[in-house]
Amino acid sequence: MIKRYRPTTLLLEIVMIAATIVLFVPVYWLVNLALRKPNDPAPPLALPTQPTLQNFANAWVEGNLANASVNSAVVTVVSVLLIVTMSSMAAYPLARVARRWSSLAFGFFMAGLLLPLQLGMIPLYSTMRDLGLLGSVWGLVLFYVGLQMPFAVFLYTSFLRSVPIEYEEAALLDGAGPLKTFFHVVFPLVRSATGTVVITNVISVWNDFFTPLLYLSGSGQQTLTVSLYSFVNQYSSDWNLVFAGLVISMAPILILYFFLQKTVIKGFASGLKG
Amino acid sequence: MGSMRRSPQPPGRWRRWRPGMVSPLFLVPAAVVYAFVVIWPSVQGAGFAFTDWNGLSATKNFVGLQNFAQILRDPPSTGAVWRTLLIAATVTIVQNGLGFLLALGVNSTIKTRGVLRVLLFAPAVVAPVATAYLWQNLFSPTGPLNTVLAALGLPKVDWLGNPSVAVWSICIVIVWQFVGYSMIIFLANLQNIPMDVIEAAHVDGAGAFRRFWYVVAPEMSPSITINLMLSVIGGLRTFDQVWAMTGGGPGGATDTISTLIFKSAFKYGEVGFGLALALVLTLLVAILSGIQYSALARQGR
Repeated sequence: MIKRYRPTTLLLEIVMIAATIVLFVPVYWLVNLALRKPNDPAPPLALPTQPTLQNFANAWVEGNLANASVNSAVVTVVSVLLIVTMSSMAAYPLARVARRWSSLAFGFFMAGLLLPLQLGMIPLYSTMRDLGLLGSVWGLVLFYVGLQMPFAVFLYTSFLRSVPIEYEEAALLDGAGPLKTFFHVVFPLVRSATGTVVITNVISVWNDFFTPLLYLSGSGQQTLTVSLYSFVNQYSSDWNLVFAGLVISMAPILILYFFLQKTVIKGFASGLKG
Repeated sequence: MGSMRRSPQPPGRWRRWRPGMVSPLFLVPAAVVYAFVVIWPSVQGAGFAFTDWNGLSATKNFVGLQNFAQILRDPPSTGAVWRTLLIAATVTIVQNGLGFLLALGVNSTIKTRGVLRVLLFAPAVVAPVATAYLWQNLFSPTGPLNTVLAALGLPKVDWLGNPSVAVWSICIVIVWQFVGYSMIIFLANLQNIPMDVIEAAHVDGAGAFRRFWYVVAPEMSPSITINLMLSVIGGLRTFDQVWAMTGGGPGGATDTISTLIFKSAFKYGEVGFGLALALVLTLLVAILSGIQYSALARQGR
């Protein structure tokens, strides 16, 4: 806490680096196996003697990962855009109106934070089936938008409450109506909440497994996590191929993370502080 | 814009819009989708938990508390409920304990703190189902973990095949992936503690331990509450890791409430029973969140 580098600091540095290395041994194993030929004579924990990218090419083709990546990307982008638009709009009256209907509506949204999705999952499944939305990425988008609404509304509302109302009053004097005030004044003011909502939702939608497993199984349209699931079941003996598939599925989100590390970490840490 | 300018007091009898009087229409789209996806299905689910619905037929017969009685009589179900609580408790204690130590480490003056923060959080951003497959291989009987054990002259462990070990293996995977998440939340809290308070304690001659115990620890309750909430609720909902690594096996030894719900509803056609389990899960989440919330409210006072 006091800014000086002492022998104990060096010791701490060594302990922390060692802890990180231990945590990353599985990652080494993942990449090592993904780069290996199936018959590589090198001992299991050593580096491959002839590293190859062939596993990635095979996994990409045989796991149909191109199609699955496109589906995952479409579902993630569309869901997050809708979540941001709808939840920020909903937060506007919730944060600004001190009436009974406003606090009731806020409570209505917050109830969703307590309901585990397992409870509504099966009735919703049969409703979606009756509406012909099973096996369609749009059914999945609809699901995510509804599911993520409470947390996003909560973030936007608590953030907007800390933003002074004077900017909106100034917009009123300029003759702006409510919609214009919202999109030109309020929405830009809450952009740091938007950052948090975008980051946490991109990661949770992209990584979700349970819902697409349920809604898309048996259909031609798969997201990456479900493709991996069927891919692993099909090629479970060929770990080099499976691991290459895992690396492919993790890569986009990890690249995004390493590029935006500060924002992502801040988003997770601040978002949860509410 | 300039030509759009109107006088602040327009003519006309209708009440003019004011910033403090935002129309409730703004929340209609969000409320409709949310009610369709979350509220209405949950209400239906809670109701169907008292029926013998099989998921397909149009008829649902009211059976009272029969599904709940069946949960109590059925050892695999009671086993899954206790196991889910065990996973939630283990993950919460280990993940937050280690996460807190790591947060103290990366909040110090070590030179690699920036890099280590980014690396330690990295596993938390990838799909749990993907890390589960990675660990399935690490845990395999001839896998690297057993290779290392053999090299150290230790007996092999059947990580996922031995019913009394498999549940701990699943906890290891969850903690491994999310320890960085706990760390980041503790770290944000640590960085919010005003430096001058800590320095004042230092000037007053308080040693590192006393500074920590009397100055830092009391300030940590926000992050402790959030972390406990996240890991308890996350642990209670455990599905992905179990489904990918063991499918609930061997012999149901790793089934959680969530995997049993999935099996009851989509394998055995016992939707009413699955929903009764889901209602039990909902109650557990509500009770534990309620305890957390009242603890938080007491701290706030």
